[in-house]
Amino acid sequence: MQEAQAIERIYRAEYGRVVASLVRRFGDIDIAEEAAGEALLVAVEKWPVDGVPPNPGGWLTTTAGNRAIDRIRRESRRDAKHQAALMLEDDTPHEPTGIVEDDRLRLIFTCCHPALAPDARVALTLRLLGGLTVAEIAQAFFVPETTMAQRITRAKKKIKDTHIPYRVPGPEDLTARLGAVLAVVYLVFNEGYLASSGDAPIREELTGEAIRLGRVLRQLLPDVPEVTGLLALMLLTESRRTTRVAGGELVPLHEQDRGGWDRALIAEGHDLVRACLAAGRPGRYQLLAAINAVHTDAPAAADTDWGQIATLYGQLEALAPSPVVTLNRAVAVAELDGPDVALAMVDRLPLQGYHAWHATRADLLRRLGRSAEARAAYDAAIAATDNDAERAYLSRRRGSLAP
Amino acid sequence: MSQYLLSVHHTPDDPMFDLTPEQIQPIFEAVDAFNEKLRAEGAWVFAGGLHPIESATTVDYTGDEPVVTDGPFSESKEWLGGFWVIEAADLDAALAWATAGSKACAGKVEVRPFQDEPEA
Repeated sequence: MQEAQAIERIYRAEYGRVVASLVRRFGDIDIAEEAAGEALLVAVEKWPVDGVPPNPGGWLTTTAGNRAIDRIRRESRRDAKHQAALMLEDDTPHEPTGIVEDDRLRLIFTCCHPALAPDARVALTLRLLGGLTVAEIAQAFFVPETTMAQRITRAKKKIKDTHIPYRVPGPEDLTARLGAVLAVVYLVFNEGYLASSGDAPIREELTGEAIRLGRVLRQLLPDVPEVTGLLALMLLTESRRTTRVAGGELVPLHEQDRGGWDRALIAEGHDLVRACLAAGRPGRYQLLAAINAVHTDAPAAADTDWGQIATLYGQLEALAPSPVVTLNRAVAVAELDGPDVALAMVDRLPLQGYHAWHATRADLLRRLGRSAEARAAYDAAIAATDNDAERAYLSRRRGSLAP
Repeated sequence: MSQYLLSVHHTPDDPMFDLTPEQIQPIFEAVDAFNEKLRAEGAWVFAGGLHPIESATTVDYTGDEPVVTDGPFSESKEWLGGFWVIEAADLDAALAWATAGSKACAGKVEVRPFQDEPEA
């Protein structure tokens, strides 16, 4: 059983590389996926007997490549010449670095092509690069498996029918297309970090997957500061993961046990924040990472440098204004200038459908001693979230209000 | 290379219909220049603008007798105003042409690939 789990783990880790290199070689996602699946079956049969090969990724790629060629020979005698030409075109062996890394980057950009619906981008990225099963992806996004299967099939068909290229866009398009890629990775992370509904408040397989994709992107595009910023942001957020829920209840930042934070992730995140900010081209992810760096820098909640956090949110507002950013700045303003100043800011925001807006208002009203209004705001916040752990926290806060 | 249909669609409230001849002239010129570029780069297959939707006649021989009726196939709020058929290496290349075409004709452009020719 342990062996089966080990094989599963290796396969999951190598899946993106294997599929990406087969897509490059055969120019067909379906062939690549089927061959990768067949290679797993061979591995499950052979590895327990022969032992895991020294380079399992290379072994899987070679085995899958042979299976793909067999399949093409079997299935397409009709246009055998065409397929033979394809097979001869490229036969680069699997290497841990170099061109194989580019394969994955190409595939990420293909999965996140603007011609695909945003939902489909996320699903395809998780499927092809993360090796998650359709069932797992469906579960993560709370849609029926058939719906997710259709979404993925439709996206793959569109890639094939419209000839979406397997290519990293040129410099003129890179920034725009990279934005979609980073958004998908961050969406995967956030869905894992605060599941939008369901009884599992945190889905660490999703946060882990997003961080792994973030590391791949950073390895491939080390000089793009937003890529570094996103990785830093995810690492610093992840460093607090184990302290975020206690007894089925969400624990807000200022109540978390800072001794339980992952110091290694924090150190790595801080290094990355310094590295990307040094480039002098701050972007959304870099600023969010910097904010998280300030939080994780404080030995205790009371030591938090709220001035710096308010400044960083101000920069973020200038760069990418949104009511949610202003809401977050208001939280810092409450610490600097008092809850009344913050409440005036918060009340102006058009966020009545957003649970965090109600929760923030509730907290500010509580601090101002306006218990009745705070109680109503907690009720609204509880009604607006489907996350059980968050509801539990809000209910306790509501219960502790003065009469 | 693949062929793509770049189609331009109109709606009844399309600002295009309120333009004076003087205002529309630069659009015609921009489309001409775009067409020239398509030809010069070997992407041109065929293109044309269509008469207004009122000029449509629909023929239906799916039943026992052919039926000819005045008007478009569907009474939709959007209709085809004109189109290009182009050759492009992949969707990105087709989207680049569509981007230039949309700018030139001052309208939204839908991009759709043709089905591949069946193998001979």
